[in-house]
Amino acid sequence: MTNLHAYIDGIGLLGPGLTGWEAGRLVLSGAQPYAAAKTALPAPAMLPAAERRRSGPLVRVALAVGVEAGAGQDLAGLATVFSSSGGDGVNCHELCEMLASNDRQVSPTRFHNSVHNAAAGYWSIGAGAMETASVLCAYDGSFGAGLLEALAQVAVDGVPVLLIAADNAYPEPLRAARPIPDEFAVGLLLSPRRGPQSIARIGAALSGLPPTVMADPALEALRGAIPAARSLPLLDALARGNPAALVLDYLEHSRLAVDVAPCAPAA
Amino acid sequence: MKPLLLSHFTATSCIGTGLSATFNSLRKQASGLKQCDFDTVDLDTWIGRVDDVDGVAMKAGMEGWDCRNNRLLQLALEQDGFGDAVRAAALRYGRDRIGVFIGTSTSGIHQTELAYRRRDGEDGALPSDFIYATTHNTFSAASFAQRYFDLQGPVTAVSSACSSSAKVFASAARMIAAGVIDAALVGGVDSLCLTTLYGFNSLGLTSSEPCRPYAAGRSGISIGEAAALALLEPAGETLPEGAVLLTGVGESSDAYHMSSPHPDGLGARIAMEKALAAAGLASADIGYINLHGTATPSNDAAEGRAVAALFGSGTPCSSTKGATGHTLGAAGGLEAVICALALRHGLLPAGVNTGALDPDLPLAYLLENREQPLRHVLSNSFGFGGTNCSLIFSRAD
Repeated sequence: MTNLHAYIDGIGLLGPGLTGWEAGRLVLSGAQPYAAAKTALPAPAMLPAAERRRSGPLVRVALAVGVEAGAGQDLAGLATVFSSSGGDGVNCHELCEMLASNDRQVSPTRFHNSVHNAAAGYWSIGAGAMETASVLCAYDGSFGAGLLEALAQVAVDGVPVLLIAADNAYPEPLRAARPIPDEFAVGLLLSPRRGPQSIARIGAALSGLPPTVMADPALEALRGAIPAARSLPLLDALARGNPAALVLDYLEHSRLAVDVAPCAPAA
Repeated sequence: MKPLLLSHFTATSCIGTGLSATFNSLRKQASGLKQCDFDTVDLDTWIGRVDDVDGVAMKAGMEGWDCRNNRLLQLALEQDGFGDAVRAAALRYGRDRIGVFIGTSTSGIHQTELAYRRRDGEDGALPSDFIYATTHNTFSAASFAQRYFDLQGPVTAVSSACSSSAKVFASAARMIAAGVIDAALVGGVDSLCLTTLYGFNSLGLTSSEPCRPYAAGRSGISIGEAAALALLEPAGETLPEGAVLLTGVGESSDAYHMSSPHPDGLGARIAMEKALAAAGLASADIGYINLHGTATPSNDAAEGRAVAALFGSGTPCSSTKGATGHTLGAAGGLEAVICALALRHGLLPAGVNTGALDPDLPLAYLLENREQPLRHVLSNSFGFGGTNCSLIFSRAD
């Protein structure tokens, strides 16, 4: 296929033991050891009070990495791509439990939070963003699907695109069927042209090769456990600041081969 | 944008399984809505149920995908020779050069609703025969379509509530324009479930009568189910007579509220303007508008204002949801197919059930079918979270 490319102008990261890109890059580059810890769920400061109260964990991590990746940008003017492996598992559990009970009067907030595009809707309200928002799901390959969509949009529309991939923990009894243990979210601001903020240029193409694994066993376990963490090999390369060729997980029949060329030497 | 050919398409909803039955219902101005008899639902509301789903057995090898949503999808893609068209395209372009983009809102959540009624009395576990990934998960329908045809290109579910299967056209068109794929299987499927019936009821948005889009006394939606599919290919030099093209796509976000539209339909208007710009058309070029027209007081008021502001009050328009119900994530795809039928046959479908029109919405709303040649039509799909998508379809000749 045609090789798609873009410049990465901003990065956001939240996950177990990974509290933002600045802290996370030190861990991923090997400068500091990885210490697992429950993912922090920051209150979404960008939302009005009513929406802030109604937002669940998936929305909170998604908005946090979007704000971090889009720092310094006019968020209202950015097109977005949201990707999640299945939406808010806690909310889904609460809904299904109630619908299986004798009292099926679900709450309106619970219902509107059940849509897969809840994070996109809250983002649009918080950022005042009226641009295109694509909202995707490809199960465990959701990060790859989001990256491919965002790169295609950068190439075709010639505009910067903010990619946000996020997952949240599934409670029992759903967890036995969908064992996602914690929240993980990654934001990438992708631009068609190199700018002063550009961190690296990436190129991507469909590939039959197996996905790149993380050298650190704990980070590799994280990559396997949460679909949005399938982004870790790319974040690892960006953190190290060296040219790299890697393969990201996507579909059973196809992965994404990604080349990373840093725009400036590593700090 | 570069026009794309809808080389084949099909739809299945409560007004018909396949194109011929669907078109006959449109011609007769028939509604498929009936009082809710789905599962154990005890709500005073009407639904658009596809009765043929109950007799569907999953294709051999696809048993792991068995759920109401995928049964409906399989039923739809076996109509009108659609499967043969996909297989021929796979030979022509290569299996890895065809993308799959399926819109859905709730996917197979009904399967999980059923599993929650069969939890283990001791530890609360879900039954061992429950398969989350291929039945409930949002990606399930897209992976079903990909496996069914053994396609090997990019695959994704698009899930932006009730704009989902309009936005599949946008994603597929971008992917074709970027050179990632040559052709795309696009569509949408959503099926009846308790989540949407009780959920929309909790918001006071379900009607106790068959829904009446754009009526003076409209009182909410009737939830339906449907699957609709199209094969999108680059438009070649020579096109068959009556060929239907996708000529414009416009997307926007409301930035206003999670479950209410912007009162003046600002986001809706932006989506329609972008679609016109992408098609290189003026509003006067559009011969028919298939409205989102859910029959909630707020949707129809907001959309009506946006359409009137952009098109004036002379462009014939209707919502076909009085016939099909609101098929949620399948609505964009279903109404795209209805637009394609309208172009092909020169039939402007009336809105049914509406009765007396809302006098505050000054549009040329069709209460009776009209037969006249069409060149360009526009279809609106909007959804929760303030997501909007407008599509323009055109006759090639």
